Amino acid sequence: MNMRLSYGMRLILLVLPCSLLVAFTHFPALKALLNSFWNNASSFRPSRFVGLDNYETLLEDDKLMQVLVNSLIYAIGTVPLAIALAIGMALLVNSKFPATSLMRLSFFLPTMLPMVAVANIWLFFYAPGIGLASQILSFFGLPSINFLGRTETSLFSMMVVAVWKEAGLFMIFYLAALQSIPTNLKDAARLEGAGSVRIFFDVVLPLLRPTTIFVAVNALINAFRLVDHIVVMTRGGPSNSSSLLLYYIYEVTFGFRDFAYGATLTVLMVVILGILAAVQFWILDRKAHYQ
Amino acid sequence: MSQGLNRIALATLAFVLAAVWGLPFLYSIWTAFHPEKYSANFVWNAPLTLSNFTEAWKAAPFALYFLNTVILITTVLVANLILCTLVAYAFVRYRFRWAGILFSFVMVQLLISPEILIVENYLTLSTIGLTDTIIGIALPYLTSAFGIFLLRQTFMTVPKSLDEAAQIEGASAWRVLWTVYVPLARPVYLAYGLVSISFHWNNFLWPLIVTNSPEVRPVTVGLSVFATVESGIEWSLVNAATLMTTAPLIIAFLIFQRQFVANFMRTGIK
Repeated sequence: MNMRLSYGMRLILLVLPCSLLVAFTHFPALKALLNSFWNNASSFRPSRFVGLDNYETLLEDDKLMQVLVNSLIYAIGTVPLAIALAIGMALLVNSKFPATSLMRLSFFLPTMLPMVAVANIWLFFYAPGIGLASQILSFFGLPSINFLGRTETSLFSMMVVAVWKEAGLFMIFYLAALQSIPTNLKDAARLEGAGSVRIFFDVVLPLLRPTTIFVAVNALINAFRLVDHIVVMTRGGPSNSSSLLLYYIYEVTFGFRDFAYGATLTVLMVVILGILAAVQFWILDRKAHYQ
Repeated sequence: MSQGLNRIALATLAFVLAAVWGLPFLYSIWTAFHPEKYSANFVWNAPLTLSNFTEAWKAAPFALYFLNTVILITTVLVANLILCTLVAYAFVRYRFRWAGILFSFVMVQLLISPEILIVENYLTLSTIGLTDTIIGIALPYLTSAFGIFLLRQTFMTVPKSLDEAAQIEGASAWRVLWTVYVPLARPVYLAYGLVSISFHWNNFLWPLIVTNSPEVRPVTVGLSVFATVESGIEWSLVNAATLMTTAPLIIAFLIFQRQFVANFMRTGIK
């Protein structure tokens, strides 16, 4: 094949579709960088070049520090937990117990729901007094906890919601991987006298590694770009205890109307995701062995 | 013997985990189908009712929200299918300078997706006057790096002999695309379509930022407005509205469960 592309075809096949992509991906990323060197325009004076002023604000922003720590805890807490649960679910669903399809439905359903719906369901679940969480606590004679209204529990409560929503999706990927493991490998290990636990850790888990890397990368990116539940359930509160970076960008830009600082935070976000991508490539290069 | 016991223990564990996992959703169903006074009160013979659903349906223009969501996901899906096909076709079938660099340039969108560029994309929309429109919600998503990647992978597996045979018969580039490449990629189109529909049905933050008026709100934004505006709103209504807005997806999932799962797997494995 490898035919030459005429100019007319080039225009239709590449330039037209890609210009849309550039207009809403590359252009805004660069524009955020440019705008981060300017301040906000107001009705009586236009915006002017302020150099690194916005970045100085960023370094001195205590709220941002808290948001970054929250984001870190959120990512480190949800990603491994969701992966471990997904592997467990996949193994259980794969074991051909009775009512397997019902179990798979129960695990996978949260993935199908919009995050807004999930947030509403959990808002009710957590509701002090009336919610199921409170009722379970009082059944055991424990006092009701205002999960979303306390700084100690709000972030943790958000993490539970995220794990509930995402683990089922990851389970599907592991299910596919498990079903592609040849049974003779496990038979051979069993013949050598390995128990089920040993087989899992020495045979199955290493073979799941490519899936784990794929899932971990997606989960990590999602941990940074999905904040719908924060918007619906806590609005980052109380006192920023459940605010994540993207939510903070949303709050600064559309709540406080500070577009210049919003652009600066966007640059920070792109840099963080860029570092994650670089680390991901480095790990993929060294560890992943696709057949 | 101990093997059997192990299996029973594992089956119990599986059952308990599945039950716990289902609890929040089941609780929401319970509340939606019972009168307000039973919403946190489990009596086995509590009377069932549909009045929460009818009341929620009347309290906000959900039919309009549904229509907006359908228009939105149709626009995005049709544009995605056409535009991603064109780009993937160019990358697979033609040789041109900087093809490799251009491809990585396109793939940047996988990482820096429209979700994190809300600030600047909003400014762009207000410059061209498309805030508070459905096309404004759709614009950043019309071309998708994920779709281009998926279709390029698929087009690369099309046997060259088929393409050459079509050319010998005098088929133009468009005819080759339409009669050779597109039919062979049908399962991938289906898989991508399902993923795209569920993503845009569920998308929330960007539509929330772009829309102001009920006339253009998709279902997710409409649901959140309904659940927060009137602070004294009853939980049974919120739960009914939540189930109502997700029902189409859940029903579609129950009907196409096997295909859904298979397709999610296919799009996941690169």
